[in-house]
Amino acid sequence: MTGSEAQITVSDLDMGYGDFILMRDLNFTVRKGDIFIIMGGSGCGKSTLMKILIGLKKPSRGQVVYGDVNFWEADPQEREQIMRHFGILYQSGALWSSMTLAENIALPLEQYTSLDRRQIGKIVSFKLALVGLAGFEEFYPSEISGGMKKRAALARAMALDPDILFFDEPSAGLDPVSARLLDDLILELKESLGTTFVVVTHELASIFAIGNNSVYLDVDTRTMTASGDPRKLLAESSDPKVRNFLTRGEESAHAQVL
Amino acid sequence: MYKPPGSSDIPKKVMSEMESIRGGLAKDKISLGNLADDVLVISLTGSWTSEDQSPNEHEVISVLGSASRLRTIRFDTSGLTGWDSSFLTFLAEISKYCSQLNLSVETDGLPEGAKRLLKLASAVPERQGARKDSRKESFFSRAGGRTLQFVASSAEMLDFLGEAATALARFLRGRANFRMSDLALFLQESGSQALPIVSLISLLVGLILAFVGAVQLAAFGAQIYVADLVGVAMVRVMGAVMTGIIMAGRTGASYAAQLGTMQVNEEIDALKTLGVSPMEFLVLPRMLALVIMMPLLCVYADVMGILGGLIVGVFMLDLNPSVYLNQTKASLNLTNVWIGLFTSAVFGVIVALAGCLRGIQCGRSASAVGQATTSAVVTGIISIVVATAIITLACNVLGI
Repeated sequence: MTGSEAQITVSDLDMGYGDFILMRDLNFTVRKGDIFIIMGGSGCGKSTLMKILIGLKKPSRGQVVYGDVNFWEADPQEREQIMRHFGILYQSGALWSSMTLAENIALPLEQYTSLDRRQIGKIVSFKLALVGLAGFEEFYPSEISGGMKKRAALARAMALDPDILFFDEPSAGLDPVSARLLDDLILELKESLGTTFVVVTHELASIFAIGNNSVYLDVDTRTMTASGDPRKLLAESSDPKVRNFLTRGEESAHAQVL
Repeated sequence: MYKPPGSSDIPKKVMSEMESIRGGLAKDKISLGNLADDVLVISLTGSWTSEDQSPNEHEVISVLGSASRLRTIRFDTSGLTGWDSSFLTFLAEISKYCSQLNLSVETDGLPEGAKRLLKLASAVPERQGARKDSRKESFFSRAGGRTLQFVASSAEMLDFLGEAATALARFLRGRANFRMSDLALFLQESGSQALPIVSLISLLVGLILAFVGAVQLAAFGAQIYVADLVGVAMVRVMGAVMTGIIMAGRTGASYAAQLGTMQVNEEIDALKTLGVSPMEFLVLPRMLALVIMMPLLCVYADVMGILGGLIVGVFMLDLNPSVYLNQTKASLNLTNVWIGLFTSAVFGVIVALAGCLRGIQCGRSASAVGQATTSAVVTGIISIVVATAIITLACNVLGI
């Protein structure tokens, strides 16, 4: 497998809203260069887990450790320091609607680098070209299609060449070809920059195409029931729910017919 | 496999007590077999769609409950001419009841499609605890809940005020992080674009004040003092209050809707994770825009109000325009003007903060944006009235 250095370590994590516990006892490690998939049925807490990992929501219990820093116990400055190395692609894209695509992508660069306008402009154009949106600099988010918004948001997430890229349902709302291109782009970035990816998805094709590590959240038992390489899970797991998920329910449907 | 019997095969020996119960059923659509056997055949005939009058399952269920030997239910639908979901709900209710009574239900006699849909509907059992508890809360727990909610929202408001103050302090030290182009846009939106409505309202308020005053003052033959009344009222309070209320409805609501929509689209999350403070980036330029523009709008409103008074003075009271204006000038002093300007700047802060607070607090749905907007206007107007009262009282105590 790729590098063995642990980049994110989650231990004994419980998450929930108020008194309601959504998932408990989560333990997993994301290594440097992993494409880590968070999978599970609808409503199992995949997006909530991601919110905890990116610092938007406090866990009810347990730890998230980046390198050797305990993320939620660190002081705000230290946490911000870690968050500077994140790139995040939100489910809805979350482009700032009052700014053009170029301004959207330029904002992180203006925040954290001392580059001048011209250099920033060049980087912005390059990132847009990378996601197939060359020439769309002056468009507002409301003027482009849903798929294009997603790609522009990806360009923004990559603006600062982050160490870890978080994707919340990247292929939702994309046509099959664009979804495939996105997968290729992820693999390309991983190979060329060594970026670590944490991807929330339930697109099976993507999971098998890009994932080399994963965690499966089970909505009934409210905990993780499997982890590891998804292809290996498909070949070896004996958990019926995990198998059911990874085979699109084909196995159990087959069993029912018999 | 069970073969559904034709309607002629249904046993004819029907107990007399059954007759009376069956009287309640729509007789022509359903008939029950022999209840004394351990197998009951329910024959369903005719059309069972939601447009037809079909029998109610309760009547069948009450019959089933009274039969002690019964073990199995079968259906005969050879006479059925049509069915839809209402037929399925009827069947589903009966089979649910049967499973409570440990009666087995053989679905072989049903139409193929109905059989499959019934199986599909019962494939995934109801999730435990999924149903919302609809129990009514007691008065005390509701009162307690509301109190806790109120305390929490007050704390949130104070928190927001504190953060806004720190953001302002950072701005004054020149370190705030926002885009000047945003500020320019908000200045334009809350300034020049608000002029038409401010003109209309202030002119009318001036007219109304003058009318009311004229009727009273004419009784003493002191019409000329209408100029004093309108001038002082507009400059000292009404100009500021009217622009405040207009801006709360116009700009405060739009701020709440803008920020609320950003909250729904995860745009505020995207700022936070980037390490950009929404308070500086989003709230500060809006607040500055209103604090700068409100006093200017207020001056404009004062002028328009005095113009309204002048119109009444000239056309209704037959006063000379220059006399009216001189009288107005004599009645005003700079203190009045300063109080009005100060009040309107305070209203600028109030309107901007109420709008932004409600926007940032907004939930993640379309209806939440609507609530945030309403709440921003209500909070804004209430705060304006309370602030006016406080300022008026303070001026009175201070003797200015």
